[in-house]
Amino acid sequence: MDFMNTFRLALRALARNKMRSALTMLGIIIGVGAVIAVVSIGQGAQYLVQQGIQAMGTNAVFIAAGSNRAGGVRQGYGGVKTLTVDDMNAILREIPLIKQAAPALTSRQQVVYGNQNWNTSITGTASNYFDIRTWPVQAGSVFSNEEVDIAANVCVIGTTVEKILFGDENPVGKTIRIGNLPFRVDGVLESKGQNVTGQDQDDVIFAPYTTVQRKISGITWLQFIAASAVSQEASLAAVAPITSLLRERHRIRPGDDADFLIRTQADIADLQNQTQATMTYLLGGIASVSLLVGGIGIMNIMLVSVTERTREIGVRMAVGATEDDVRRQFLVEAVTLSMMGGFIGIIFGLVGSALISNLLSWPTLISGKAIIAAVIFSAAVGIFFGYYPAHKAAQLDPIEALRYE
Amino acid sequence: MADQITIAMESKETVAGGKPVIRLENVFKTYDLGEIQVQALRGVSLEVYEGEFVAVMGPSGSGKSTIMNILGCLDRPTKGRYFLDGVDVSGMTKTELARIRNRKLGFVFQQFNLLSRTSAVENVELPTVYAGVSPEERTKRAMEALTRVGLADRAGHHPSQLSGGQQQRVAIARGLVNRPAILLADEPTGNLDSRTSIEIMDILQTLNNEQGITVVLVTHEPDIAQYAKRTLLFRDGKLKRDSLVQDRFDAREVLKSLPTVEQQAAEDAAEEAQKLAKSERTV
Repeated sequence: MDFMNTFRLALRALARNKMRSALTMLGIIIGVGAVIAVVSIGQGAQYLVQQGIQAMGTNAVFIAAGSNRAGGVRQGYGGVKTLTVDDMNAILREIPLIKQAAPALTSRQQVVYGNQNWNTSITGTASNYFDIRTWPVQAGSVFSNEEVDIAANVCVIGTTVEKILFGDENPVGKTIRIGNLPFRVDGVLESKGQNVTGQDQDDVIFAPYTTVQRKISGITWLQFIAASAVSQEASLAAVAPITSLLRERHRIRPGDDADFLIRTQADIADLQNQTQATMTYLLGGIASVSLLVGGIGIMNIMLVSVTERTREIGVRMAVGATEDDVRRQFLVEAVTLSMMGGFIGIIFGLVGSALISNLLSWPTLISGKAIIAAVIFSAAVGIFFGYYPAHKAAQLDPIEALRYE
Repeated sequence: MADQITIAMESKETVAGGKPVIRLENVFKTYDLGEIQVQALRGVSLEVYEGEFVAVMGPSGSGKSTIMNILGCLDRPTKGRYFLDGVDVSGMTKTELARIRNRKLGFVFQQFNLLSRTSAVENVELPTVYAGVSPEERTKRAMEALTRVGLADRAGHHPSQLSGGQQQRVAIARGLVNRPAILLADEPTGNLDSRTSIEIMDILQTLNNEQGITVVLVTHEPDIAQYAKRTLLFRDGKLKRDSLVQDRFDAREVLKSLPTVEQQAAEDAAEEAQKLAKSERTV
């Protein structure tokens, strides 16, 4: 019996009990639909994030002091003391790919205003830092170059610090105590929210690096240098020359680990991407569980169906169906059920994700890979879960089957 | 012994062909039920020739069901041989037997065993599906078979839309569709009323007389057996009697002699009136 024949017979057999076939397919429809929707939405979210990162400016290059262990920029400082402002100036001088750079050093300090106090990190940097990081103020202004030159006691605070110390009061122009020194608040930065690693980017205070070096932390070396290149390609191309320049300045022998880390915005975008992708696959995996459940549903219904159709199987065998014929028939019925469910599920998944993305104003990306995977999975589920019932049907003894009540 | 030779000779005289369509040679069938062994058939030998109409009878446990299963190639003899149309099928595999059933045998069951929610013509087509016939050819053959039993106009009906007699006729058409050598019927009238039973026997007799189809029928009703030409009586796993039917019924004649539906209604009404009169008298 050729395949087309078997397929048509299977379709007719399934059509005999449309309600039951529809309900059996439901599990697969939901499973596949869920996977497709989740993956499409996830990929849409990934795309959004990528766009957002692009908008932030992908020309940034960060050089962090520290050994090669940590992943992000703000981790793993350790006690490395070799990154300096002179390094930064050397980079600016000798690597034309780099447009501008700002130094950065951090220190944790107690901060007081009135009867509110808070412990946060004070980052000393130059006034062009905010330009490099595309981080505008929402009130007041950043400190000026002159204020950096004279190591003025001024600062710019993030919205979390503002909320904790000032509540609803306007902080601009007010004086807070950092360590035990008075600092005038020049401005409040726009909110950036949480970063990739879950840190609150608004829980921060910036001050001129000269001030921090001389009056707060007493150290001259830097934790990192924030730089921006002339273009995105330049930011990637600058990694090599910066590496060799610093290795030379720090007298690092070939083969030894460097005492600094270079990260481009592209790296950060990559990390974001990976995280998102992991989330998407995780959710997709969970949704796949419902696909499994759908398969079990098919197996159960097929077993019931085989029992109910015992007489019919007996008759088919009596008029000449072989074991193979019977097995193939039920297997094709199961696969037809699962694949039809798969196709309907794909359509539902796409419609569902379109609806949700409409609601959330998110783009949805139709993943061709996910669709192909869904098709293959539904077929596999049909074959795997349909095999046992099909085998049971084929093994029936025609005489017993014909006698079955 | 002498009886058997006479019978065999008489059978040969009644029939045109020379070689038997069915030949059982000392067939035994034993069922192994763990501790007990049931001997369903104990050394059965018989021959059926083309064009015969045989009734298989016997009480339950006599082996008549077992013999039908073996004749129908649904079961294999434990010992002995079965030649179907000259071919020894006793040692064949399940798959080979399935093919034999498809080509050489037609089945008619007591409970019709039609596929529900399926049209009559599709039901009749079923054996052709497993014969590897093209869809067009299948429908053609099915319609031919349906015409032979007089149901071509009901081809699209589902079993639920057909009377018992009509369903059995569809089943007979299904049994004929692959032009088998033998039609095997297991209590074909068991689920039908008297009149319809005779109509079915009429069809079987017609197929047997006009188209020379060999019919082997299992029944426990002596009345039905009278429509056959030859009776095989089984008892305790052995063939006890093999005799020709005396005063065979002709279904066509019997049907003519039966009251028509109107006459039957009139008779019933008269009977009711009598009963009513009797009860009025006692009151």
